[in-house]
Parts: sequence; C-alpha cells; structure tokens
Amino acid sequence: MAPDPQDDATVTDESTAVDDGAPAEATEDAVDSASAPNPVHEEMAALLQAGGLGGDSVARSESVFDDYVVRVANRAWRHAGEIARDALECDYLSFIAGIDWAPAPKEGGEEASGDTSQPAQPTEMTFGAAGSAGRFQVFAHVQSTRRHWGLTLKTDLDESAPTVESWVPLYPGADWHERECWEMFGFVFEGHPSLRHLYLPADFEGHPLRKDFPLLARVVKPWPGLVDVEAMPGEPEAAADTETAQA
Amino acid sequence: MSTERMVATDQLAPEALHHLADAQINVELDTGDMILNLGPQHPATHGTLRLVVRLDGERVVSADPVIGYMHRGYEKLTEFRTYPQVTTLINRIDWLSSFANEVPFMDAAEKLMDIEAPPRAKYIRTILTELSRIATFLLFLGEMGLQVGALTPAFYGFRDREHVLNLIEAVTGGRFHPNFNRIGGLKDDLPWGWVAECRSVMDIVFEACDTFEKLVAGNEIFEARTRGIGIIPADVGSSYGMSGANLRASGVDWDLRRDGPPYLVYPELDFEVHTHPDADSFARYIVRLEETRESARMVLQCLDALPSGPVMAKVPRIIKVPEGEVWVETENPLGQMGYYVISKGATGPFRVKIRSASFSNVSILPWLLRGVFVPDVITILGSLYFILGDIDR
Repeated sequence: MAPDPQDDATVTDESTAVDDGAPAEATEDAVDSASAPNPVHEEMAALLQAGGLGGDSVARSESVFDDYVVRVANRAWRHAGEIARDALECDYLSFIAGIDWAPAPKEGGEEASGDTSQPAQPTEMTFGAAGSAGRFQVFAHVQSTRRHWGLTLKTDLDESAPTVESWVPLYPGADWHERECWEMFGFVFEGHPSLRHLYLPADFEGHPLRKDFPLLARVVKPWPGLVDVEAMPGEPEAAADTETAQA
Repeated sequence: MSTERMVATDQLAPEALHHLADAQINVELDTGDMILNLGPQHPATHGTLRLVVRLDGERVVSADPVIGYMHRGYEKLTEFRTYPQVTTLINRIDWLSSFANEVPFMDAAEKLMDIEAPPRAKYIRTILTELSRIATFLLFLGEMGLQVGALTPAFYGFRDREHVLNLIEAVTGGRFHPNFNRIGGLKDDLPWGWVAECRSVMDIVFEACDTFEKLVAGNEIFEARTRGIGIIPADVGSSYGMSGANLRASGVDWDLRRDGPPYLVYPELDFEVHTHPDADSFARYIVRLEETRESARMVLQCLDALPSGPVMAKVPRIIKVPEGEVWVETENPLGQMGYYVISKGATGPFRVKIRSASFSNVSILPWLLRGVFVPDVITILGSLYFILGDIDR
C-alpha cells in the first residue's frame, strides 16, 4: 500500500462524480486529519465496495483517528446501512444523530453588547470529516461485535426538505434514535413507523438542536460565569503565555 | 347449562369441545385490555421512567416507555460551555459512575489536542473507573434482590458500596460527582495512605461478591423469579444497540476494554471478559457479579503497577481544541459510552453527540416486555440496570 497520506481512504477515487460534489474547503480538512493508511479501514472499504456500495453512492471517506467515516449519497443511505450490516457484519447499532453545520448565532442577537457568545465559534460555515454538501447531515455509527470494528456513515440532507430513509427495517434500535433526531433537528425519516416526540412534550414547537434555536437561558441573561473569564488573548500572545498546569 | 346443549356437545369431536370450553371461559372471564401506568415514580425505575403497559389479565400485551422526565438537553448545553466546563455536565449523565463518564470526553479532547496524559494519571484514571464500576455493580447486586422482594441484600449492597465511595471521595472530594479529570491528566495525586486503604477495601468487595453469590444468586426463589425470564437473543440485543454486561449475558464476547480502540491502561492489564449463554435476567446478574470481581482484580493489578511521576501533562492555560472531529467509546458500567465531538477550533465544542448506554438498553423494552407477566416486568427492568440520567441526558 502506498503510504500517501492523501490516499488513506480508498473509496475516495470514485468521489469525483458525486451529484452534490464535495466543497473545496472539505479537501483541506482531509489533509488535516489524514494519517498513515489504516489497514482495517482499507479492508472495510474493500468490503463496502464488494458489497455494492461504490461509484457515485459514496461521496467521500476518511480515516479519523480510530474511526472510519464514509459519506454516502442521500438516496443510498439505507442501502449503505444494509451493506454495513451484512458485508461488514456490523450487527450493532451505536447511534444515529444529526448535525447542523450552520454557524452558531451570537447569543442575545447581533446587537448584544459585550461578549455574550462564549465559547466563541467561527461565523462561517465549515464542514467536518468527509465534508458535506450543506447545512444538515445525519450520521450513524455501527459496529461489529464479531470483527471488533466500526464505522461512521454520514449523509447530506436537503436544507429545505430534510428527509432520509429510515433504518428501522435494518436495526430496530434505530426507532428511538430517529425519533430523537426528528425531534431535535426536524429531519424526517421515511418509513419510520411512528415519528413522535421522545423527550419533549407532544405540543413542543421547534427543533432545539438546530443552531438557530436559541438557548433561552443565555438570551435572557448573559452567562453568569462570564465575569470570571479573562479576555481571550490573541494567538501569538497565547503561545508566549503558555503557562503549564503542572501538578 | 340446558339439556339441549349438552346433547349438542355430545355429538362434537373432542377437539371442538375443547375449543368450546375455551370460548365459554373467554365469555365468562373476559378480562379485556387494561392500561397500567408503571411510574414515573416507581422504585424499579431508578428515577422517572414511565411505562405505559397494556395488560391482558396478568400478561403484558404491549409496553411503551415514556422517557424525557429528566431530559436536560446536555447536547445543546455543551455547545454553550468551554471544554473544562463540559466535565460538570457529563458527570451527571450516569450519576452512579460519573468518573467513568468523564474519561471518554477527556480522551476525545486530548486526542484532538494531541496531548497524552502521563502514565500515572492513566493508571489512576483506570483505578477510579474500575472503582466506579464496582460501586455501580454493588448497588445492582443488592437492589436486584429488592426487585424480587428480598430486602436484606439491598442493605448489604448499600453498605459495601459505601466503602468504595469513600475511596473515591478521599481522592476526588466527591462521592458521586468527582469532576476530577482535567484535559491532560488529573486535578490531583492520590492522598497519602490511599493505596493501602484501597487494597483493604478490595478485600471487602471480594467478600461482598461471595455474599451476594450465596445470598442472592444461590437463592431458590431468586432463581425461580429470574431464570428463563426476559431472554434477549444476542442478535436482537445488538441490533437494538444493547451493550455492556447486558449483551455479554446474551453470550456476546465483546468488551470495549479489550476489543475496542485501546484506552487508559487496559491493554496492559490481564483480565477476563465474562459471558453467559442463558441471556435471561439471571445471566445478567451472574455476569455483573463476575465483572465486579474482575474489576477488583484489575484495581489490584493497577495498584501493583502504579508508576510514579506527574499526573498532569503540559497543557495551555486556555484550552482551545483544534478543528476536527473524533469518536471515542469506552466500556462503562452500564455499557458502551461514546462521545462524537466536533470542534471548530474554539474554546468549546461545536457539537457533542452523547451516546449513552441506557438509552439503547431501554429501547429494547417494547420488544422484550411483550407477553411477560406483570411481576416479571419489575425483575426485567431491574436486571437491565439503567440510570435515568443515562437515558434522558
């Protein structure tokens, strides 16, 4: 195997003809977290391809520490789960969850005086491992109790109508995870037996884990711990000021 | 019954008569479905879990867990905290083994920052993680007796757990919420004389396990109430995401301490993974009993091998985690605990997905409770062993 850090994800080669196309900044991320090729991840990639998940179904894949992240096309979501379950023997569903990549709004609105947005987050939208076509993504982690490996599958959702196929026919445990995701992000899982509220009251409106859903406690009153927080030093200054906490 | 009818039934085949009798009983003793609300306040639910159970007589037709009474929205709150502040929140996910909750999050932050905790810190983390496992399981071993109506073991469980909690308190200052981990190590070293104290407490733990084995597991009534009850086949359990001792009691030989990505000092320890072929409530009791002993052995191994040195790595005064994402999973007392941390280079996480064990362990209940008797619902709930904070987060 070629120890090319860019080539640790073997499925990447097919990623050119994706319908949504990986954004340019995502390629930089790949360089960031790229490490030596992981033989386990390569084996998983080969099995995924042998199982029938290849071509334009796979947008990108990437090794992130011990985890293998594969981003698949939205229409291939259930198919990908099926291949992971059958070809990779991933019999265990760890979780299904959503991500909203939108930058966090400034707490208290744009006019808020003082720094109420602790901890500071970037204001432009950037994407994580394996990239994204837009704001919403669903990701899931499945594992094999026999092969002792696991992978994270991601897929992009349309911002105006976020829908994706349900995994309940594959993993019955997906039921609650998808209900939680529907409640928290407003993602619709097609084929789910009953999408209803899990944690929140049945008449709750809004999707709390979306970034534009305000944390009311912080809007009403600035974080009380704020007075204790020292002003954030600039990057070069912070490097010079690196005090160590040595016990 | 009229004579005509007697004559009529005389001419029927014996099988038909049998059905007729069934039909008559059904007419006379028709119970109809009854909806029973179990909880939200019930001792077997360790908090506020509500089960809407539809009953046909004594048998459960369907069960629908209603959760969320303790939902605190931690995934949202983490987005408004700095990394060191998040520790306080995640302490309260599974409040019986708070220390074990902290470890994977610290691991995630350290991986992203490319910091490694010093060896001594790793050993102490392992010891405290195993101690919290022992404390959690001792409570289970006692409380499981309570679920079948035996009061004594519960007191023994609480009594013996207190010794372990005292150890944790001596190191961290807190019995339940140590908040002792720092990114890059630990807040403090072990207090003087603690190692000797810990060794003597491990003797108490071994003794407690022997007691529970004789008093509870060897009890005829306990066996009658748990054997063959709540059977979870391995493939069903794993497809629901059930993990930890529950899954090992279904015969799945999978423990993240041995089989997952290496963390803490588990690769250096010599330990066994216990499984049980029976997959019932009794098997789950036995597996946890064996794991308690195994944990005590691991603590002793760690104490023997405890290296000297600092407990804190060099870390910047202000924690800023570089951009990236990481999935970290550990074998917690209740099962697989994982954090998917996404960082955007700020002082706080951008998104944290908290994968807690009890959430998935409990999601199997609608499948598992179908067709069982009402009293068995309680033993099954007890044997799955969940913490509400771990379900609702």
